[in-house]
Amino acid sequence: MSFEVTVSRKLGDTHIACSFAAPPGLTALFGPSGAGKTSILNMVSGLLRPNQGRIAVGGEVLFDSAAGMDMPVQQRRSGYVFQDARLFPHLRVRANLAYGARHGGVMSQAEVVDFLGIAHLLHRWPRTLSGGEAQRVAIGRALLSNPRFLLMDEPLASLDRARREEVMRVIERLRDEMRLPILYVSHDRAEVERLAATIVEI
Amino acid sequence: MTAEEWEIVRLSLKVGAVAVAACLPVAFALAWALARGRFPGKVLLDALIHLPLVLPPVVTGWLLLLAFGPQGPAGAWLDGTLGLTFMFRWTGAALAAAVMALPLMVRAMRLSIEAVDQRLEVAAMTLGASRWRTFRTITVPLALPGVIAGTVLGFARSLGEFGATITFVSNIPGETQTLPLAIYSALQIPGGESAVTRLAMISVLLSLAALVISEVLARRMGRSAHVL
Repeated sequence: MSFEVTVSRKLGDTHIACSFAAPPGLTALFGPSGAGKTSILNMVSGLLRPNQGRIAVGGEVLFDSAAGMDMPVQQRRSGYVFQDARLFPHLRVRANLAYGARHGGVMSQAEVVDFLGIAHLLHRWPRTLSGGEAQRVAIGRALLSNPRFLLMDEPLASLDRARREEVMRVIERLRDEMRLPILYVSHDRAEVERLAATIVEI
Repeated sequence: MTAEEWEIVRLSLKVGAVAVAACLPVAFALAWALARGRFPGKVLLDALIHLPLVLPPVVTGWLLLLAFGPQGPAGAWLDGTLGLTFMFRWTGAALAAAVMALPLMVRAMRLSIEAVDQRLEVAAMTLGASRWRTFRTITVPLALPGVIAGTVLGFARSLGEFGATITFVSNIPGETQTLPLAIYSALQIPGGESAVTRLAMISVLLSLAALVISEVLARRMGRSAHVL
């Protein structure tokens, strides 16, 4: 199993609860906006604490309310790719990529840069990038932090059609070549059917 | 300009620099608390910080005298522990300037801290950065233009401080007589007009330079976080 998630959490008036165990590959959380998909990613990443439940990835327990286990977000090594890229505006692309870099990753910086086709962007400032370029840099930054798994929150949502295709191909190659477990949030059925081995309806 | 006048300018710059340097960490901590903190009495703290801005400066000076004079609780304590005295000394002028500059500095820094996108801090933490590293490498650099702008503005305010200073530490040439106090004294002397003109011109130039620098930095923040 890659992701084993059973969580519940009350957020204001809404109650978010879900339970799934996913085989290796890309797992999509699919459902309408406001269903709590992002909250589930946040719980897996350690940014949001479930009221109760258990989260394990690749057999490693990240959170277990029964055992009083809650690994801090910094130690979970989740490669979180946000919908809005969230590149650090005061750092050039190269420094953004290096920000969370840990040794022993699956790829070196040169390999990641080559894999994502962002060599020509290294000296640029984030504000000068297109949406697709920014998203590829964000994926690169996450990959270089030597993640155990990737969390992707609608990484295509803010992109136009051409850019979507460009980033979608990158995600397919991540899935097929890196063998990293990926938890992927989307509300677009076509996107999910193309990418996911497992679809969890929220 | 005479040697005496240069001495006045030098003293003013020293008082302003020391006031702002001492104020900076305090102002940043207060700005941080007001921007990010959630605690009871926040409104009261905010009001207290802003008090020197609206209080007659003479009252601020008198309160400083009560607190930091030789018999005052803070004054006695600082004298006992650090050997730091304020009465009729330039350190007192710096303290008065710092208290008067504090609200302006806190205001500018608070705006810049509030303008920092906290989602970027979250992203840094998912990349393994500790809270301290996130603060150091994301929050502070992004808030920096506002912090610098606030500091420059506080410095300009310090150079102009008059009422609290003259009440607290009097008007002693070479010790507490900063630019505005020297201008005030020169005005009292028959035939002092040329000295007044020169000192006033220097005041205008220094203040103008500080304001322009502060405003340029505020613009560079990208948002209209103007401190004026």
